[in-house]
Amino acid sequence: MANYSTNEFKGGLKIMLDGEPCAILENEMVKPGKGQAFNRVKIRKLISGKVLEKTFKSGDSVEGADVMDTDLAYLYTDGEFWHFMNNETFEQIAADEKAVGENVKWLVENDVCTITLWNGSPIAVAPPNFVELEITETDPGLKGDTAGTGGKPATLITGAVVRVPLFVQIGEVIKVDTRTSEYQGRVK
Amino acid sequence: MSEQLWMPSAKVATLRQRAMILQKIRAFFAERDVMEVETPSLCAASVTDAHLATFSTEYIGPGNSAGLPLYLQTSPEFAMKRLLAAGSGAIYQIAKAFRNEESGKHHNPEFTMLEWYRPDFDEFALMTEMNELMVHILDCQPCTSISYQQVFMDVLAIDPLSVGLDELKVEAAKYGYGDIAAVETQRDTLLQLLFCMEIEPKIGQQAPCFVYHFPASQAALAQLCADDKRVAGRFELYYKGMELANGFNELTDATEQATRFTQDNHLRVEMGLSPVDIDKHFLDALDYGLPACSGVALGIDRLIMLATGKSTIKDVIAFDIARA
Repeated sequence: MANYSTNEFKGGLKIMLDGEPCAILENEMVKPGKGQAFNRVKIRKLISGKVLEKTFKSGDSVEGADVMDTDLAYLYTDGEFWHFMNNETFEQIAADEKAVGENVKWLVENDVCTITLWNGSPIAVAPPNFVELEITETDPGLKGDTAGTGGKPATLITGAVVRVPLFVQIGEVIKVDTRTSEYQGRVK
Repeated sequence: MSEQLWMPSAKVATLRQRAMILQKIRAFFAERDVMEVETPSLCAASVTDAHLATFSTEYIGPGNSAGLPLYLQTSPEFAMKRLLAAGSGAIYQIAKAFRNEESGKHHNPEFTMLEWYRPDFDEFALMTEMNELMVHILDCQPCTSISYQQVFMDVLAIDPLSVGLDELKVEAAKYGYGDIAAVETQRDTLLQLLFCMEIEPKIGQQAPCFVYHFPASQAALAQLCADDKRVAGRFELYYKGMELANGFNELTDATEQATRFTQDNHLRVEMGLSPVDIDKHFLDALDYGLPACSGVALGIDRLIMLATGKSTIKDVIAFDIARA
């Protein structure tokens, strides 16, 4: 993998840090009136998800990380792995629990997810921004309530819990924003 | 998102404020009988400073059909000192300066510098005048001042004048710079790192803060202090997390200056950079005689950021590098 000099740093660049692939979020140059310049970089570790700040001496190089995002459709889980498929090549990839993480609750069959691969292996799974899921459990609401007042928790078929308006009932399919866990509306 | 790159990066209202500030600066110096000058942006010689990257170009024309290498100035310092040696008296300049590889929230590769020189002023007299300019333009509290040694002791409990490289490495690691420290061979680099990252954000928050008596090893073009050769007549000004200005009680000794240029070139080679031809006109001027003087360079764009409450340099210049 190529090395990157600090001059090539920018948001989105993938580099290796402490043996872990990372993505640069922000890069700011800091320079004294006279003397050595530094780059203060905000970095997200791609496996642990941790965000941290790191300072480099300007002009230094770091190893790039062989990280790429690929869009794959979710197929099924066998309990140990979650299987995804490339809809064009039909090539399949299995992600483990660590890679899927909390996003397991947003995985809907046939939905296209973004899988982050490091050296060819999945390290993160990002669901689409919006998913449609069936409600399996929620209190019966009061009649005449309109959206936006109060609300109640509802458990979805994948185990995710979101707040929904009182009029939404068990068995209905709703649209949810996976980034905020917010209810968007009912799906007819 | 499609940004309209033909449009200015600054608002027109900000540019109007900028114009007013430039007028005020010119009036400030006119009142004090400091002459405005202009010197070339294109120079035959570059600078030896290992931490400055220059833009280079070539002049082709009468007398130079084969092409004469030219450099865009990183500051008008050498040319202004040649004017001082020629007897100009007190002078100032509002000039474009060019530094390659510098771009960010507080940096644009092409920026505007206010540089002025006062014969017979020591650095403290110049700091006093600079304080007046700051209060005049920014309507701020009067500047405070502290020595480089004292601010290191106050903020980090390190004596920057006596601390050794190994001890500095341990200190740098404490603040999370272990990776840089582990392989660093220059004491000054670690001092600069700690200063930029740990001290700068903590000083000059209420009022601009002068830091004076920089270590002799970071003297650049300043004289060493007669009563303490460990430090130089160099100062910097900081305000609200920004480095605003760098000033010197100017080195007037041509031999000493030539030695420092040679040392710079040694450092360049050590860092894997090519040595730079020394500016002969400048050394000849020092040899002829530079009057005792102090001078300071102030980043006008940053001053305008502070005056207008903007957080990035592109908000105060018509077209930043992305729109150039």
